Amino acid sequence: MTTHLIESNEKNETTKQMTMIQAINDGMRIMLEEDNRTIILGEDIGKNGGVFRATEGLQEKFGNDRVVDTPLSEAGIIGTSIGLAVNGFRPVVEIQFLGFIYPAYEQIMTHVSRIRTRSMSHFTVPMVIRAPYGAGIRAPEIHSDSTEILFTHMPGIKVVCPSSPYDAKGLLIAAMEDPDPVLVLETMRNYRSKREEVPVGKYTVEIGKGKIVREGTDVTLIAWGAMVTIAEKAAEQAVQQGISCEIIDLRTLYPIDRDILSQSVQKTTRAVIVHEAHNTGGLGNDIISIINDTSFLYLRAPIERVTGFDVPVPFFSLEEHYLPTPARVLKGIEKVVHF
Amino acid sequence: MELDYPIKKIIDDKGFIIDSTYEKQIDEKLVKEFYFNMMRIRTFDRKAINLQRQGRLGTYAPFEGQEASQVGSALALGPNDWIFPTYRDHGATLTYGADMVRALLYWNGRVEGCVPPEGKNIFPPAVPIATQLPHATGAAWAEKRKGTKNATIAYFGDGATSEGDFHEGLNFASVFKVPVVFFNQNNGYAISLPIEKQMNSATIAQKSVAYDMPGIRIDGNDCFIVYFETKKAFDYARSGNGPTLIEAVTWRTGAHTTADDPSKYRPNEQGMNIVDPLSRLEMFMKNYGYWDEKWIKEVKKKINNEIEAAVEGMEQFPPPVVDDIFDHVYAVMPAHLAEQKESYLTHLRGKAK
Ligand SMILES: Cc1ncc(C[n+]2csc(CCOP(=O)(O)OP(=O)(O)O)c2C)c(N)n1
Repeated sequence: MTTHLIESNEKNETTKQMTMIQAINDGMRIMLEEDNRTIILGEDIGKNGGVFRATEGLQEKFGNDRVVDTPLSEAGIIGTSIGLAVNGFRPVVEIQFLGFIYPAYEQIMTHVSRIRTRSMSHFTVPMVIRAPYGAGIRAPEIHSDSTEILFTHMPGIKVVCPSSPYDAKGLLIAAMEDPDPVLVLETMRNYRSKREEVPVGKYTVEIGKGKIVREGTDVTLIAWGAMVTIAEKAAEQAVQQGISCEIIDLRTLYPIDRDILSQSVQKTTRAVIVHEAHNTGGLGNDIISIINDTSFLYLRAPIERVTGFDVPVPFFSLEEHYLPTPARVLKGIEKVVHF
Repeated sequence: MELDYPIKKIIDDKGFIIDSTYEKQIDEKLVKEFYFNMMRIRTFDRKAINLQRQGRLGTYAPFEGQEASQVGSALALGPNDWIFPTYRDHGATLTYGADMVRALLYWNGRVEGCVPPEGKNIFPPAVPIATQLPHATGAAWAEKRKGTKNATIAYFGDGATSEGDFHEGLNFASVFKVPVVFFNQNNGYAISLPIEKQMNSATIAQKSVAYDMPGIRIDGNDCFIVYFETKKAFDYARSGNGPTLIEAVTWRTGAHTTADDPSKYRPNEQGMNIVDPLSRLEMFMKNYGYWDEKWIKEVKKKINNEIEAAVEGMEQFPPPVVDDIFDHVYAVMPAHLAEQKESYLTHLRGKAK
């Protein structure tokens, strides 16, 4: 299991304290330096450095034909990036908020995801789409959607969702080197919430691999993005009841790491899935299916889901009621433990 | 192209009439109405920024500099028209009769802020860019099919013209010849992007050519031209002639939102030669004998009182009700949602004990 704790394909001696946003910035800087096919596109990413400052300083350093402020059109950005990608470039697109990606959904759905298939790998779309997502930062309406399932339903595109600075940089670089399109979902709540030691050089975190962020024996909590922290808090509280939680940070939402799920659940025999996306059709359902397929006879209780409700993400005065809380997760834990 | 679309204005930068076309229609009542409404929304806007800084409001989108565009256009509407605003157009909606307490609630993360007063066709502000343009076309189409004389207005920024919805809204409106006014506030920037990098066309008005609808370019800091030209576009729409595209050239004085820092992308001096719409109206009033100290004082007092009362109204407003996040998703709540609601409310009651 410990093999999941850290994977790095290069040993980097030097590290630096970074927030997630700094780590993301660093990842893009490295790839702009290393690979002249890299081109960053998006709204307000140049002088302004992006609304969250993810691209801060990059245009200054690499020029405005490599770090490009585009007109305000998500379909335009992604559509033209397809053309750039099939013709030799490596576009990295910033969408300001996941809730504003919908105008580009057609391009992603009908083209980004299936050009490889349609051309029998003659044309490929090695592009990266970065999108901040999630509730809990008191943003105005529509800014807080967690609709990852719209993209994990779509074969031909990979979806990753780092929750820590280290993973954010490693997964982003892996995404930029991936021969296929990758959507990187960045939970806004974690952008500046903590710092950790991050290698200053290049390294990757393998796409498709989850990570055990806490080892335990009684129940497996499965989470990603901001929900990892919520799961950690619930696990702390569960200790007081003598319950030992193992926590998986899924990190890649498509394709899902089936091995880490089955190994952990077979050990703990119980599972609680925590996601802030809506319940119906949420990724939790796929995870349950995977566990049923691989580990059904090990289970001592039905798998529990603690999720956002089946309502549009509320305006911020009520968003705390939408989001899973440690208390709600704890109830889920109790339910499976005392089944 | 720019030469084909000169910026029309009625008063110049010093507040003198330079185009007499509408001169006869400018009377004291109208002038005072402009002054009152512009001063009212400016005071509101500044108050909202202060409240945000004190942590009493969430992120807020200021409109200072755009008062003439918003007031001039909103006053041109008839009582049963439709208004489709963006997040920056609460100056227009307040002028049209939106409730000030609710405008504040909106920026405080309360969905109650989207609910218009009874009988007022004020749509909730569009947050995703340009998405309201087809709605305005559709609502106007409905009015046309119902055989009324009502029209709609859609507000949008310069950046919005890059989105596909802009094309779709204008194209449908022109194909079906519906009574809608597309009111663009070209405030120079879409967050950090200056208009020259947003589009290669020199004006927004010229985009009307593609849809074969009238396109006019006006000084968005001159409340008179805004008012009369919008009125004209409405008359044209109501007479069955179809849509108009208006480009009001203006300037966003402050930040994009209170979460934004304009010094990162534009020099302070850039806006200095632009004459503030309210000062311009003041100069006009002084030039033509409408300036009345006593009246101004009273107006300011009245406005301050109204705004103080609205702030209090917001803060005294009943606290948000959790049920609301479940109760307004469908007309009839599906069973699974009812179950989620019940289970969550039970959880909350358990915690409250
Ligand atoms: C579809 C979509 N993409 C991105 C955003 C983020 N965003 C909010 S306002 C804005 C700029 C809008 O500029 P403009 O249309 O000129 O209007 P202004 O804010 O200047 O009034 C952007 C990019 C959004 N709200 N919706």
